[in-house]
Amino acid sequence: MPAFIARRLGLMVLTAFVLTFVVFFLTNLPPNLEKLARSEGSVRMSDEAVASWIVQNGHGGSVFSRYGQWLGVVPGWTATDDKGVARGRCFAAGSDPAAAPRFCGVLQGDWGHSTFFKKPVLPALAGMLGATGWLMLWVMIVMVPSALVIGVVSGMREGSRTDRVLSTFSIASTATPEYVSGVILVALLASPVTGLSPLLAEWGWIEGKTLFLGAASPDNISFWSFTLPVMTIALYGIGYIARMTRASMTEVMTAQYIRTARLKGVSFAQVVLRHALRNALIAPFTVIMLQFPWLLNGVVIVETLFNYKGFGWTLVQAAGNNDINLLLGCSVVAVFVVLVTQLVSDIGYVFLNPRIRLS
Amino acid sequence: MADWDPSQPILEIDHLSISFFTRLREIPAVMDFSCTVMPGEAMGLVGESGCGKSTVALAVMRELGKTGRITGGSIRFKGRDLTTMGEEELRQIRGSEIAMIYQEPMASLNPAMKIGAQLAEVPMIHSGMGRAEAWRLARQIVADVRLPDPDRILNSYPHQLSGGQQQRIVIAMALMAKPALLILDEPTTALDVTVEAGIVDLVKDLAEKYGTSMLFISHNLGLVMDVCNRICVMYSGEAVETGNVAEVFDEMRHPYTQALFRSIPLPGADKNARPLISIPGNFPLPHERPQGCNFGPRCSYFQKGRCDAAEVPMVPVPGGDRHGTRCLRWDEIDWTAPPAARAVKEKAEIGPVVLRMEDLKKYYSVSGGAFGGGARKVVKANETLSFEAHEGETLAIVGESGCGKSTFAKVLMGLETATSGSIMLFDENVQSTPIQKRNTDTVSSVQMVFQNPFDTLNPSMTVGRQIIRALEIFKYGKTDAERQARMLELLDLVKLPRAFAERMPRQLSGGQKQRVGIARAFAGGAKVVVADEPVSALDVSVQAAVTDLLMDIQRENRTTLLFISHDLGIVRYLSDRVMVMYLGHVVEMGTTDQVFSPPYHPYTEALLSAVPIADTHVTRKRIVLEGDIPSAMNPPPGCPFQTRCRWKSQVPGGLCDREVPPVQVLEGGHQIKCHLSREVLEKMEPVIKIAAE
Amino acid sequence: MDTLSYTAILGRILAQFLPVWIALAATFALSFAFRRRLGLYGKLFDSPVGMIGFGIVMFWVFTALFADQIVTFDPYAQFSGMKNKPLGTVLKGAAEGQYSHFLLGGDHLARDVFSRMVMGARSVLSIAPPATLFAFMVGITLGVPAGYFGGRLDTTLSFIANLVLAFPVILLFYLLVTPEIRLTGIPVAMAAVLFLFPILFLTVLLNARFFTDPAKRNLYVGVVLLLGFWAYSGLAFNSDPLGVWRMDPNLLNVFVSVVFVNAPTVFRIVRGIVMDLKARDYVAAGQTRGEGPWYIMLWEILPNARGPLIVDFCLRIGYTTILLGTLGFFGLGVAPDSPDWGSTIDDGRKTLALFPHAAVAPAIALMSLVLGLNLLADGLREESLRD
Repeated sequence: MPAFIARRLGLMVLTAFVLTFVVFFLTNLPPNLEKLARSEGSVRMSDEAVASWIVQNGHGGSVFSRYGQWLGVVPGWTATDDKGVARGRCFAAGSDPAAAPRFCGVLQGDWGHSTFFKKPVLPALAGMLGATGWLMLWVMIVMVPSALVIGVVSGMREGSRTDRVLSTFSIASTATPEYVSGVILVALLASPVTGLSPLLAEWGWIEGKTLFLGAASPDNISFWSFTLPVMTIALYGIGYIARMTRASMTEVMTAQYIRTARLKGVSFAQVVLRHALRNALIAPFTVIMLQFPWLLNGVVIVETLFNYKGFGWTLVQAAGNNDINLLLGCSVVAVFVVLVTQLVSDIGYVFLNPRIRLS
Repeated sequence: MADWDPSQPILEIDHLSISFFTRLREIPAVMDFSCTVMPGEAMGLVGESGCGKSTVALAVMRELGKTGRITGGSIRFKGRDLTTMGEEELRQIRGSEIAMIYQEPMASLNPAMKIGAQLAEVPMIHSGMGRAEAWRLARQIVADVRLPDPDRILNSYPHQLSGGQQQRIVIAMALMAKPALLILDEPTTALDVTVEAGIVDLVKDLAEKYGTSMLFISHNLGLVMDVCNRICVMYSGEAVETGNVAEVFDEMRHPYTQALFRSIPLPGADKNARPLISIPGNFPLPHERPQGCNFGPRCSYFQKGRCDAAEVPMVPVPGGDRHGTRCLRWDEIDWTAPPAARAVKEKAEIGPVVLRMEDLKKYYSVSGGAFGGGARKVVKANETLSFEAHEGETLAIVGESGCGKSTFAKVLMGLETATSGSIMLFDENVQSTPIQKRNTDTVSSVQMVFQNPFDTLNPSMTVGRQIIRALEIFKYGKTDAERQARMLELLDLVKLPRAFAERMPRQLSGGQKQRVGIARAFAGGAKVVVADEPVSALDVSVQAAVTDLLMDIQRENRTTLLFISHDLGIVRYLSDRVMVMYLGHVVEMGTTDQVFSPPYHPYTEALLSAVPIADTHVTRKRIVLEGDIPSAMNPPPGCPFQTRCRWKSQVPGGLCDREVPPVQVLEGGHQIKCHLSREVLEKMEPVIKIAAE
Repeated sequence: MDTLSYTAILGRILAQFLPVWIALAATFALSFAFRRRLGLYGKLFDSPVGMIGFGIVMFWVFTALFADQIVTFDPYAQFSGMKNKPLGTVLKGAAEGQYSHFLLGGDHLARDVFSRMVMGARSVLSIAPPATLFAFMVGITLGVPAGYFGGRLDTTLSFIANLVLAFPVILLFYLLVTPEIRLTGIPVAMAAVLFLFPILFLTVLLNARFFTDPAKRNLYVGVVLLLGFWAYSGLAFNSDPLGVWRMDPNLLNVFVSVVFVNAPTVFRIVRGIVMDLKARDYVAAGQTRGEGPWYIMLWEILPNARGPLIVDFCLRIGYTTILLGTLGFFGLGVAPDSPDWGSTIDDGRKTLALFPHAAVAPAIALMSLVLGLNLLADGLREESLRD
């Protein structure tokens, strides 16, 4: 078992290096750097000026050495411009180069400076992650239990009317991406001119113009502002997890050991709870864990749609404003989240399944 | 239950009919089925697959799924009608009064629950027993089913036990509430023969001990004779004959029962002098059953206008012990007359050596731990294998799971290369030549017939196309037309209609698929054919036909047949020489007569004793082996068989524990790999005795 | 003329779709009549779920085909005074022969929402199925040998597939679909690799089957190579000498990225199925008669994997549609006035609270197409598991 975890960890670290390198490579393509030069320097810079700006700001040289610097395993760059002012990766212009550390990369906790936020990436990102954390927490609280209940209930009696209704709901919800469900939910519940809100306002049942708010903010977490974003993300996931759970549950319910249990005289409720449930939940556990990359998608869409200033919103801003360091930071976080969930899912699967654990 | 007294039947099934309902039609699975089980009786239900025997069992449990329904008749258990019983009442009977044991022990145990919890559940539900007490009872029953170390077993999960142990647990679970009726649905089919013998013994003893009645479902007539005192033969959804075992076996009064017995290889059958007689035609599909007698179209006593006029009722046979038959002509037929058409065949001449293996070894290296880590282990799949096979000869390779017979086949075919030793095929050493490097001639002259008929043909290619592909690969013919013609000839050879060339495999029955497999193997004029259990997955009546086909082709082409099987009946019937394998070793080799009569290797002796024989004139010595076959990953030191050998004490000095025995060559080239001295071997008694008729 | 009532709008929309209804009726009548002879496709008509799904999907397919007949206005044209107008608004000063109403209102640039939605079907359906098909080609060509041979090849390919899968899709899109990346030529390089797979697949497929008959093999393989490389030169490098095959750089970028994102999942599915099927006896039978590995993989194993692959193909077209919508929603890689559903939702969401119709119409269209594909897949799965 420890050998297994060690191997998984090793693979994960390798994956992390490859992925961050790919991200670094793609964000530091020459056209991106030229764009950066024009936005940081001046739009009317000549091509030569751009080229020299790039070199002067440490974006010259091979991509591997720059990646090493960013990572913190290669000494940071230094340059002296025509005015004789020394600058470098690890110290601001004008300060003493000797006092600065040689390495300053991600491993040393220096994630660079964000041109969009005008402050270091790490603290900016940390705040945004906190905001998204709240959103995710509520999504999980809503999504996981309801999806499991729907899946188990529809899977325990395959083909029954309950099953049909719930399955149709699950299929419909997996067919509705966040940008569709978000739009429809807002139109129905958070628009002053259409849907339910005008009616409710007319009857005097709500005080404001709309039932739910069409925007959310991490500073003001309330039922009225959070319901729509949380529902928007959860809806897609509910359908997906519920279908997986149902598939797993129907498979288990036709297994011979379930028949054995029934023929032992175990009541239906006990068959489901004692015999079927544990076996049926092994597969969805992996699915839920692997849902995280997809949840990240939902988060980006929903934060854009509801203007919620969290991680996803930051990612969009970073990409839209060519903020290379910020985009790199976002990517590292995203990749890290995905890899950790994969690891947890692998290990959890082994622990849940005695067949693998004890062999 | 108060108004039931033990002189009444435990189970009384009366004119039961069951149908399955699909979207298109109603499919009748069981029609007008009646049978009675008295207290303490064991009733055997036999028949070929699809005859409805398992459906009857499930109907008794009222477990027919969503599509199955009882359309008529009644099932009385201790006088109460189960067909009209409510869910709650049924639940109380299931597990406590009637218990069931199924074919796949692994699948019938919950993989995520400890054995103890699964056992203890039964008394906790049915008699409200406390947890601790239920576990104590479970421990006692586990000891009762002769499992070692009950405490460890109770705390393990099903996958940690071997197949035989799992089946014992399933039996223990069924006995937890001391039921009045035990239903066993092919309980040993998934197990090896020597393990099966132990289970059968156990079931018989326990049924006696607890006074349980049994409904025993099997396709194996020999097994039914071992376990049951009454039998009910089913054909195509109907009971065709019922009575006590001895009477039905010796004085059968239904043509199907008779045909069935004539198609199974009993001792005394011989492929040349007394060949088996297969039942002509095919088993009818449920919606294609004929008018009148279902067996009519395949019956040699069929009378037009009479047998196909109306449904045939079950009639009692006077003078019998509750003996009944579903035949209109039972009192007109001369049941003692020998079969009419029994073509006696010329014994084939055995030619020169075509295949010689010397000191063949095949070792695998596998990783030890579950997660890839751990030390690498060596599995010795084949250990110093030496033999030769002659032209036109049938060499049987006998052994149970893990004995290395499949590995041997792979090495011979070139799918794997041997670790050491030599394989001489027509004076050419092919030992280290993988199949890609062999030339077309070598490849086409060594071919294989596979075990599972449902797997042997590619489901998405027509039958003709598959045979033509083999011809293309073997570079037969110059044009497509030539190959087409040859393909049709091959279909003729295996006695299939030419129209089958256009069919998809799913439209064929198991036996027909197996014939196509044989045709494909002989496409390149194979000289050596490895038949890996070619008939074990087929029904008995089809087995005879396919076996005969193989024999005929062999006689014509003078093919060398390597017949891999665990079924000693068929091996005795068709092979010239026999090789017995155990855990990668050849433990005994000789002519069929030498192997089937003493002196034996102790393993052969046990194997012979374990195989049930459906003949009341045969008496077998009971030798039940302890425990399971050791894993090939972890074989015992010394003699591979020493862990289960009953003769071990006769070898002085614990030699068996330390050294692999030498091969002793007895008279006539009979080889036995054993430490036992000649004197002890000489004194062995025959396992099977046939009483004079 | 007045603003239309909701009933009148519905009636007029239904009438506008007349060619679609006729085509649907014909398809269903024919398929239903011959359903016993049509294999799995025919069996679909035994399952209500499958039939509904198939109906919805075909509705949009026919809409895409007949879009020119269905639209009421030029989907790109702007009409003065129609900005953000509600459903059924009369077009003031409509010219002779011009349609009189904006059936589903106007968007923030005063364009007809209905016509844009109809035209959107065409732009979505011309990308999603081919992109999925390419992803399948890549996934199958790599997944089959990985599953069959196992070992180091499998380890390497699986590692790469998992790398791609570990990227959150949106991040990958933000990195791969940008104007800057187009300048570097990376999309063309990716296309050069990815578009090679169908040619490779077909060549190996035909060679494995016909190598025993060289004349036939040379003919088939020759035709594949000729046609393949002709299309390849046009699609990947935009240098088709005859000018038949070409792809807009924007579109190429989107197309390649979508294929790249989908292929690893297909790879994993195919690999799993092959690992299961390779233990069958008919595979061993192929091996024992000296068949080459590619024949066994592509002719013995692959045809038997078709059931689950067809089901997944339907699901994956739906997923690709969602991905394309996501790209449109973030304005990645599409022309600014493109009528595709993702972009129109993005356009509409800026005025969502006050004028929801501009975003809701394409949203419902997209949802219904994906739902149809999911139902179709469900029906196919159910029917292929039967018997």
